Amino acid sequence: MEYKLTDIASVIRSKNSGPYELTFDVIFKDFEMYERVKTANIFNAAMFAPLYGIPESDIISLVYFDPAKAIKITIVRPIPSGSLGETDVYGAQQHAPLMGVKFEL
Amino acid sequence: MEELRILSPTAILGYGFPMESFEEGMKRKPHVIAVDAGSTDPGPFYLGAGKSFTDRNSVKRDLEIMIPAALEAGIPVIVVTAGGCGGRPHVEFAVEIVMEIAHEKQLSFKLAVIQSEFDREFVKENIRAGNISPLFPAQEIGEADVEESVRIVAQMGEEPFIEALDNGADVILAGRSYDPSVFAALAIREGFDKGLAIHLGKILECAAIAALPGSGSDCMFGYLHHDDFVLEPLSPLRKCTALSIAAHTLYEKSNPYILPGPGGSINLHHAQFEQIDDNKVKVSGSRFIPTHDYFVKLEGVRRTGYRTISCAGVKDPIMMGKIDAIVESVKERVENNFENYGIKDFFLDFKIYGRNGVMAIFPDIAHSAGDELLIIIEAVADTQEQADTICGFARSTMLHFGYEGRIATAGNLAFPFSPSDCKMGEVYEFNIYHLMKVEDPKTLFPIEYFQL
Repeated sequence: MEYKLTDIASVIRSKNSGPYELTFDVIFKDFEMYERVKTANIFNAAMFAPLYGIPESDIISLVYFDPAKAIKITIVRPIPSGSLGETDVYGAQQHAPLMGVKFEL
Repeated sequence: MEELRILSPTAILGYGFPMESFEEGMKRKPHVIAVDAGSTDPGPFYLGAGKSFTDRNSVKRDLEIMIPAALEAGIPVIVVTAGGCGGRPHVEFAVEIVMEIAHEKQLSFKLAVIQSEFDREFVKENIRAGNISPLFPAQEIGEADVEESVRIVAQMGEEPFIEALDNGADVILAGRSYDPSVFAALAIREGFDKGLAIHLGKILECAAIAALPGSGSDCMFGYLHHDDFVLEPLSPLRKCTALSIAAHTLYEKSNPYILPGPGGSINLHHAQFEQIDDNKVKVSGSRFIPTHDYFVKLEGVRRTGYRTISCAGVKDPIMMGKIDAIVESVKERVENNFENYGIKDFFLDFKIYGRNGVMAIFPDIAHSAGDELLIIIEAVADTQEQADTICGFARSTMLHFGYEGRIATAGNLAFPFSPSDCKMGEVYEFNIYHLMKVEDPKTLFPIEYFQL
């Protein structure tokens, strides 16, 4: 069946990890669903990169973190925080594309 | 010593804390009060301009409670990344406040001040010696980049704090530091495991942010043992849960399993998070893995110019449909107008809220428009006067621009303010985010003592 990420995650957020990286956390509501998503490898570079219109090579890490039933994705920031062209100095409002994620499981 | 107790009053000095929580913390007889006072999150301006991003009164309020309480209990207070960025003017900002408190409250204590700002010449010598490498994704730098940088700070580890504690400091104010070091310093000095101490520091640096519900302006308490540590929130409104603590390990980090810092990383592959009480969590298994060479992280910024902005709304649906073409035409008109006048080197940008304002740093993602727009016209140029000129000219050009299909011929922009343009002052950007190999992590960060 089809799942919406917003229905099965309790936290979806973005933030700078230092001025040169942007990091995204998805924390699931329960371990069972987290395990299913992890086993099916729903989150991977080929799925994530198009959400942000970036090449897969800009993804620095995509890690499943069991203790927190969470997925963490860290990417190269399009520009260092606060450089000319900046729209979000803290990087705290870049998570919205993740809120539209749907998948079959 | 079997247990070392640490009180973290607030996530950032100046963010505040409830008195009740702080008193609960003091009842638990902490061995040290530690606070992180800074971050790179607010962006490059504060490091460049030498200004604090936290308000002076808010910082003074927090210190005015912490220092007398610590002196009475006979324990040290350590404040790091003073003034928000840890450069010399930032440390000076904090020293001035502490001296003022000592004077007003007639307090007597030994103050240690540790600096972390590096001279450009020293950094250039290290470039020549091949000691400096970029921290991916930052680029390689040369001596010219260092010359352009207005201020460079380095993140110290726990070593300078241990020296200041050995010399009997009651209050330590330090420049830029690796946040967890401030919490771990006393513990490492007392022989506790560095992996556990740093991991505990990693959580305590954000105070009650790691609790449920989270808060950046409430206290957190840490109990460090030889094989584990325990976290306890100090407000009855909050709980630490195994999940809230494990999830915090993700916060603002690149990879939750490996957390690099000065001299090595902590490895959390075998970390265990265990609920031991309704509101307490025990953590074990964190390991410190030293690197062969000792590296410190450098942060530096350069000045890009001066900024002027103008904000205006648009409600006309015809104009909204043509906004990209209008923006391009206005940019061309501005460039053309000043080409022969000598103002050529400037940055002109239109941030369009209501369409893709927030995420314009990702130009390739899909976006849709609302039924009105906020446009922020931004000009950055070599001088404030030139930035005013470019912004003002772009604003007047856009206001009366005769785009194709226009039927509202009186004006294109709704200004909420008069005057419409706002001088924003100096603009900086990060240009150094590098690792520097060092021989002795202590001598780089000079300590001065004051008997107050």
